[in-house]
Amino acid sequence: MATTKSRPLSPHLTVWRWGPNMAVSILHRATGTAVSFAGLAVLTWWLLAVAEGQDAYDRFGAVARHPAGIVVLIGLTWAFFQHLFSGIRHLVTDTGANFELGPNKTSAVLTVIGSIVFTAAVWIYFLGVIK
Amino acid sequence: MSLGDSATPLGKVRGLGSAREGGEHWLTERVTSIALLLLGTWLVASLLLLPQLDRQTIIEWLRAPTGAVPMALLIVIGFRHALDGMKVVVDDYVHEEGSRFAWNTLLLFLAVGGAALALYALGIIVFGAVA
Repeated sequence: MATTKSRPLSPHLTVWRWGPNMAVSILHRATGTAVSFAGLAVLTWWLLAVAEGQDAYDRFGAVARHPAGIVVLIGLTWAFFQHLFSGIRHLVTDTGANFELGPNKTSAVLTVIGSIVFTAAVWIYFLGVIK
Repeated sequence: MSLGDSATPLGKVRGLGSAREGGEHWLTERVTSIALLLLGTWLVASLLLLPQLDRQTIIEWLRAPTGAVPMALLIVIGFRHALDGMKVVVDDYVHEEGSRFAWNTLLLFLAVGGAALALYALGIIVFGAVA
């Protein structure tokens, strides 16, 4: 029969065996939290800078174009796409579909591939346009 | 008043249970996520399609109804979805009732305050005499 190792474990963070499914599940929360705080803060700051005037917009631009600012914005872009794609995956599982082990795992991996590809495409375009 | 056997699992719990509005919260989170799927795609596509990201271009973009209306919706629904999502995280990880109430109240103030600030900025851009 099954060995102790392969028996199912109770669902708690410290005892989950790492795999694409659980990684994407916790990534959904982490990226959602990041976009909720940092993403909405950047959006609000950007709108305020546009509203206030050219000086304020230049100050926002200086931070956004700083290497550290670009790293943060790339991170937020990835978090946005990761949350978007794993969100679509969650909407599908909410209908009761995609619970088969194979497709469930494959779709988890696809959300990560998709978020990285879309983030790369967006920033290759931006960094090529914005000097 | 019987819901009968045709009621879905969600239909059976809406308005019931110790949390009362738990089913509504769950459903709201999904409906706002579908709206943000559209609005988020609109934002990324718009930023990619704009000829430049200088202040004057952004103002012209947001002053048109096709810019102002989706942006207002993105702000309202985005902050709402962020609040709903963060409430789930707090409810899951903050176990002491007083702390949970404090966190949820803080998040509510942050979300409503942030959305008001972003709408204020958008209002100035759209209706103000921006130079």
